[in-house]
Amino acid sequence: MVTFLLNGETVTAQTSATTTLLDYLRDTRRMTGTKEGCNEGDCGACSVIVTGLDGVARAMNACILFLPQLHGRAVYTVEGIAGPNGELHPVQRAMIDHHGSQCGFCTPGFVMAMVAAHSNGATDHNDQIAGNLCRCTGYAPIIRAAEAAALEPVPSWLQQVLPAPSVSSFAAPCSGDELAEWYEDFPDATLIGGATDVGLWVTKGLRDLGPVAFLSGCTDLRTITTSDTEIRIGAVATITQLLEAMALPHPSFAEMLRRYGSVQVRNAATIGGNIANGSPIGDTPPALIALDARLHLRRGSTRRDLALEDFFIEYGKQDRQAGEFVEAVTIPRQSDNLRCYKLSKRFDQDISAVCGCFNIAVEAGRVKSARIAFGGMAGTPKRALAVEKALIGKAWSEDVIEAALPEFETDFAPLSDMRASAEYRMIAAQNMLRRAYVESLGVGANVLEVRP
Amino acid sequence: MSLGPHPHDAALLHVTGAARYTDDIATPEGTLHLAFGLSEVACGEIAAMDLGAVTQADGVVAVFTAKDLPFANDVSPSAHDEPLLSDGSVHYLGQPLFLVAATSHLAARKAARLGQIKYSEKPAILTIDEAIKADSHFEDGPRVYTKGDPDGALKSAKHRLHGSIEIGGQEHFYLEGHAALAVPQEAGDMVVHASSQHPTEIQHKVAEALGVAMHAVRVEVRRMGGGFGGKESQGNALCVACAIVADKLGHPAKMRYDRDDDMIITGKRHEFRISYDVGFDADGRLEAVTFEQFARCGWAQDLSLPVADRAMLHADNAYLLPHARITSHRLRTNTQSNTAFRGFGGPQGMVGIERVMDHIAHHLRLDPLAVRRVNFYASGGSISAKTKPQTTPYGMEVEDAIIAELTDQLAQSSDYEARRARVAKWNATNPVLKRGIALSPVKFGISFTLTHLNQAGALVHIYSDGSVHLNHGGTEMGQGLFVKVAQVAAQSFGVPLDTIKITATDTAKVPNTSATAASSGSDLNGMAVLDACNRLKARIADFLATRFDVKPEHVAFEDGHVSAGSTRLSFAEAAALAYQNRISLSATGFYATPDVAWDRIKGEGRPFFYFAYGAAVSEVVIDTLTGENRILRTDILHDCGRSLNPDIDIGQIEGGFVQGAGWLTMEELVWDGKGRLSTHAPATYKIPCASDRPEVFNVALWEGDNPAQTIYRSKAVGEPPLMLGLSVWLALSDAVASCGEDYPALATPVTPERVALACKALRS
Repeated sequence: MVTFLLNGETVTAQTSATTTLLDYLRDTRRMTGTKEGCNEGDCGACSVIVTGLDGVARAMNACILFLPQLHGRAVYTVEGIAGPNGELHPVQRAMIDHHGSQCGFCTPGFVMAMVAAHSNGATDHNDQIAGNLCRCTGYAPIIRAAEAAALEPVPSWLQQVLPAPSVSSFAAPCSGDELAEWYEDFPDATLIGGATDVGLWVTKGLRDLGPVAFLSGCTDLRTITTSDTEIRIGAVATITQLLEAMALPHPSFAEMLRRYGSVQVRNAATIGGNIANGSPIGDTPPALIALDARLHLRRGSTRRDLALEDFFIEYGKQDRQAGEFVEAVTIPRQSDNLRCYKLSKRFDQDISAVCGCFNIAVEAGRVKSARIAFGGMAGTPKRALAVEKALIGKAWSEDVIEAALPEFETDFAPLSDMRASAEYRMIAAQNMLRRAYVESLGVGANVLEVRP
Repeated sequence: MSLGPHPHDAALLHVTGAARYTDDIATPEGTLHLAFGLSEVACGEIAAMDLGAVTQADGVVAVFTAKDLPFANDVSPSAHDEPLLSDGSVHYLGQPLFLVAATSHLAARKAARLGQIKYSEKPAILTIDEAIKADSHFEDGPRVYTKGDPDGALKSAKHRLHGSIEIGGQEHFYLEGHAALAVPQEAGDMVVHASSQHPTEIQHKVAEALGVAMHAVRVEVRRMGGGFGGKESQGNALCVACAIVADKLGHPAKMRYDRDDDMIITGKRHEFRISYDVGFDADGRLEAVTFEQFARCGWAQDLSLPVADRAMLHADNAYLLPHARITSHRLRTNTQSNTAFRGFGGPQGMVGIERVMDHIAHHLRLDPLAVRRVNFYASGGSISAKTKPQTTPYGMEVEDAIIAELTDQLAQSSDYEARRARVAKWNATNPVLKRGIALSPVKFGISFTLTHLNQAGALVHIYSDGSVHLNHGGTEMGQGLFVKVAQVAAQSFGVPLDTIKITATDTAKVPNTSATAASSGSDLNGMAVLDACNRLKARIADFLATRFDVKPEHVAFEDGHVSAGSTRLSFAEAAALAYQNRISLSATGFYATPDVAWDRIKGEGRPFFYFAYGAAVSEVVIDTLTGENRILRTDILHDCGRSLNPDIDIGQIEGGFVQGAGWLTMEELVWDGKGRLSTHAPATYKIPCASDRPEVFNVALWEGDNPAQTIYRSKAVGEPPLMLGLSVWLALSDAVASCGEDYPALATPVTPERVALACKALRS
């Protein structure tokens, strides 16, 4: 049983652990304004607004949001954002006036993503709706609508209140300690952070998950703290939180995270999930490995830590025992030399074909240190040790770079798949090193920085 | 006036979530949910099918195979070659083999995966090369259109080039996947709610499958969440499946494809290879060209023949081909049966000739726009009364050409020449990033090439309170057809738009309709509605003329009133008076496009009522290291004749352009070696998102009436703007060309990978 606010009214739902909010809305409540476009969090047609325990309203994908994740939260759907007397939200009005809808099927999702952005004062409209696909309009009128709505105040009727606290009937530990205790009892259980990956096990894999625990209530695992020596990122911190935390110390990492998933996905996805699922194409591990991050694991009361790169043993296999979970990842404080290059068919909300991260320190024209890590080039996120070796101690020069390029073949033997061929992956990885070099000379090598 | 800018009629419903789509319809108690069990191999025979686990799965009520189908096992729109459920043979990976009816959507999906199927696999024909090698094709042989003496003219040409281009397909990715709901009626009748561009065909296929006459089946379509051609024939399977289950079990039955199923089962835009041999003079003026077009049609015929025909009919685009031969091969492969998609083969045909223009310009080191200009069809005005109009390769006179002046206006407004110089300068100082710019034209033929489809019907009622109920054969998929046609009715009656009630397309109201396709929706249905309105107005006018003793031609409908001489009645008063005097206030209307007739085998005649024109200038930037690229700016000038609704038309142009640009850049369909579609969800198949539109995006409408007698002299707008996206591919070619001396010869889609590999090839 879970309790949450739905468009301002308290609802209590009898539910299985993996019933999605989208199915609940459409099938149980017959609230059909929220649409299913892809059932995997990639199109945004099911976008709703969820107000978290911190009182902030965020767009989320209802199709991969399990009902127990909503316990104690407040949800707005497209049916709930007009005023008490039917006054349209400024975003709705602007979408009509600027012809932002054609077939209209994606429109409720756009409206909700835009209302969330409007409520938060966000005006980076392209990024705010990067998780919403429209096949009709070409987006121009939707952006015009977002720009027009941004001039209007947030309507008074949208309240960010939460329901009275109550206890979820699902395993929903409130701290790392509680989680550790529970997980010892259910060591084969599935831990659910944001469900942006596990959600697809259910909606696409049609799997029955067995015992599950929902982690977003583990407030002590949600924080990101910075000391003189390290940045400690709790495992349940979302990618949205990580993006904000990286903006100053490592802006290139933050810029890469801007293209990680979409607003909706970043609001749900956790750093712990991105690491623990062991994907060879997750975007945070290469950057974290390049930053010399350490991973902190816990099982019961036993804690250990290891270099993040050592966690990834081979494809599908990580150095994690049953009942052991990711507690945090720490990055040593350092001067920023990190360059992150995320390569995909589409800039926004696309899984990387290759993600290359270069942490190269140059002093007096020589490479003092180099940590280079890649996603998409092997069965795991992997360091380019041979390339690093070919650079360290040498002059930071075109000759040295060119001489180091063949070492990529020592480090990597990438595969071909639907995202890229092996040949292209290798060329792109090598050229990312060339890019890191020319960018250090001030040569333009980023198409996103070119203005018409 | 009722014509002119106006929001989409359903915009308020869209933004509030109140617009109802097929899956939103409240289903009656006991509704069953369906899912198909799909083939796991691309080619072979079913050796054994054990569905025990399917039948016993939670929630399953019934399981059907081909032998359970009482009548026609066919959902093909054309050649009766597309069984609903496999008849024992398997033709592609993803083909429906059996049908599950269960108590929930999820239960049906889960059970559908439990089939134990044994196959006798056969070697699959997946690619164009494999199909050519196996001589696997539809029709008796290639279709060939010939104009003049191409072989002779090629031999004598001063310059000659040849080449070939691979053109990828495209997934429709309508945001609303396919969905259908069938509700059984008394005496074996059936009502079907469908997300379909072609309700009449659904009616026809359902009637065949149930063994009943068409009058026993009623199909209703209120709206689709996007169609783009993907819902012209591909919805037949769901509707027939629902109707069969509803008929057999007496329960309503509903089916919607999960996105992955939708992409794995349904057909897409045809992948093409086009090879060319071209002769030209020192200015790039064409002397002769031959094209060989290879279309990957997939496993069933579907609409592939007219798609391939339209590719041939657009092999000239906007250019005079003095001598030409166009050969078309329609290849049968063990992949999804490719189908209609906005442009219907036209875009692929145009890519062929635009590649030729680009290649010639590169060879002669000329501005590609200069080469295009010397080849444009001469405009009607400049040659009228002196020379016969120029003819297409299929012998149709191009009477309405405006491409030269439209291009001139766009080149000026977009500052093309100066920007081209700036691009060259910028490229000289940027070693890694390169810009490119290109202008490409569009000339698109308007009419169904299957001539008898160029007809439409309408039904208009005036109620005694003066409100108007509007119905016609067209379907609404977001293109704004309904509001445009309502504007036509409002204009005709001289009443405000809110007097007109737009209603769902319904085969019981207007019969024997054509698909809403070929950009024809407002041309055909607008005229049919106007005909119905005129009939009603004539009746009212005759009555009022008698009543108030004026001539019928002195009865006027305007400003919400009807005036008869000095008598002025509100439209409602006039309606009430007519009703009280026993005047029929319901009328059907009909329209058949005049003047179209051709021979599709010979490729001779007039397949099109008129042409729609447009042009686009796009500027791009590429990263020569990784191949990443984006559109910086696009300027478009497009011809909608006298636009019925400029807001709606500009929306079609912006959206069509981005969809066309997506097709040619990031949208890549990938099959593995077994014929399994690897890109079957938005995680792996990437359509453009907001930041992919041009950062500067200027769209303007050409001012000029359609010389053809269309509805208020407007022009069709659904498909033509998609082909404006070719300017992006050509601009990318221009940018890559700055890396070396050779011609880049970019295949499409131009993914970052293709750009990077082309840059590398040019530099080495």
